[in-house]
Formats: sequence, C-alpha cells, structure tokens
Amino acid sequence: MSLGPYASFIVTAYLAATFVIAMLIGWIALDYRSQTRRLRALEESGVVRRSGRSATEL
Amino acid sequence: MTLTEFANPTKFLALTARVLPWLVGLTAIVLLIGLYQSVTAPDDYQQGATVKIMFIHVPNAWLSMFVWAVMSAASLGTLVWRHPLADVAAKAAAPIGAAFTFLALVTGSLWGRPMWGTYWEWDARLTSVLILFLMYLGLIALWRAVEDPARAARAAAVLTLVGAVNLPVIKFSVDWWNTLHQPASVFRAGGSTLDRAFLIPLLVMGVAFMLLFLTLHLAAMRNEILRRRVRSLQMLQASRQAA
Repeated sequence: MSLGPYASFIVTAYLAATFVIAMLIGWIALDYRSQTRRLRALEESGVVRRSGRSATEL
Repeated sequence: MTLTEFANPTKFLALTARVLPWLVGLTAIVLLIGLYQSVTAPDDYQQGATVKIMFIHVPNAWLSMFVWAVMSAASLGTLVWRHPLADVAAKAAAPIGAAFTFLALVTGSLWGRPMWGTYWEWDARLTSVLILFLMYLGLIALWRAVEDPARAARAAAVLTLVGAVNLPVIKFSVDWWNTLHQPASVFRAGGSTLDRAFLIPLLVMGVAFMLLFLTLHLAAMRNEILRRRVRSLQMLQASRQAA
C-alpha cells in the first residue's frame, strides 16, 4: 500500500486520532479508579450513605 | 422497564455495568472493520491517498455537532424536567465532544495543507467549528469554576442551549456563505455524491465513532455519579466532624 507524496499528513492524522482517543480512554479509566478508591476510603473511615448501602454498590 | 426508571442513579449504574463490556467489544470490532476498510480503500482521482484522512475527519466532525446536540437535549432535561441524570449526561459529554472537535480541526488541517495549500482558512465552516471547540472548553471551565453541582448545572444548561445556535450555522455555513470547505456530500437532498468505495468505509467509521462516543459517555457518566457520591459523603463527614 503506497500513501503517495502526502504520506506524512495521512500518518500524522491517524496518529493524532489514536493519541487523543487513547488519552480520553485512559483519563476515563483512571478517573473511575480514583473515584472508587476515594469512595472505599470514605466508607472505611465510617462514612456511609443514608440508605446504608455501599457507595460503590451497583 | 421504562426509561424513567433509569432516572435513579443506582439503577443507571447497574445498567452501565451490564452494558459497558458488550459496548466496548462491539466498538472495537466495528472500529477494526472501519479501519481495515479505510486503509484498503482506493485512492481518489483528485485527492489521491489523502482521502483516507476523510475517514477519520468526517466522523469526528459529525460527532462534534452530535455531542453538542446531546448536551442540548440533556440541558432541556435539567432546566425543564430537572431529571437527576440530565446534567450528569451533559457534564460527562463535554470533554468527549471537545476531543472529537479538536480531532476534526486537526485532521481537517492535515488534509487541507496538501489539498488547499493551507492548514487554516478563516472561512465560515472552519471558524464556526473553532467557535464550537472554544464553547466546549468554556463549558468545561464553567463546570469546574462553580462548586455547587446544581448551580453549575443550571448555568451550563443555559450556555449549552444558547450555544446550540451554532449547530445550524456549522451545518449550513457551506450553503449560506462562499467557503473553501466543500458542501455536504453524504447527508444531502438527492442522496450522497460519494462513490460506494468511499461511502461504505466512511459510514462504517461513522458507526464506529458513534459507538465509541456511547461507550465513553456511559463510562464518564458512571464516573460523574461516583464523583457526586464522593462529594456528598465528604460533606456528611465534614458535618459530623463539625457537630
């Protein structure tokens, strides 16, 4: 497969899309871990929801 | 089970836990098919191989407007029906929409340089999409600036609905003004002007990016619900310590 004289533009566009989407996925995954960790820490310190259920409970 | 039952965040979290793994798998499969079709698509007789940039540029451009439309619908839910998940949906969508808009601008510029001879032109389509990107950033900043989520939600909802005026401007800018950007070639009266060799990979990539948005949006909404639980537990902890 030849990308012709504009190969650098095509490859850069696909790399940029891959990088930005990977950052987005990574940020959302890390945010989930951070929130569940904070919730568990709060529950372990004795702070629970009024319903009595775990804050991470699905 | 009706849609209104998902107004309960706990039920929404349970639904997300069941649906997300399937959505991740489906998104990955459709994206791989779309990428394969994009890479193996023939060169265009005018654009050459740079037509391959269109397979990522156009879906990102579609999503940049679609996400704002979703946020506008959610804003109505916040202001009119005070739906408990409406502003969660709007807030979670904003960074994803900003990322898609950024990619639409970057990939468009990378296509424009070899085809138009310039990375940027202050024409109506490009400028209105840049304004959309800045509005996304403004909304994200607003949500971060106001501490109370309810107050932030109302202000952001009003700003989102005002910003929705930009959507028809973006869509019809190529018809209303004389622009460098080409007019609509897929969703237009009279049907698509694209050859099937380009239309099919483009539509598959469009579906893939739509699925990607749905997946990321559900995951980001789940995170936002958990963030609000953290906030309410922290407030409860602070009030106990003060008592």
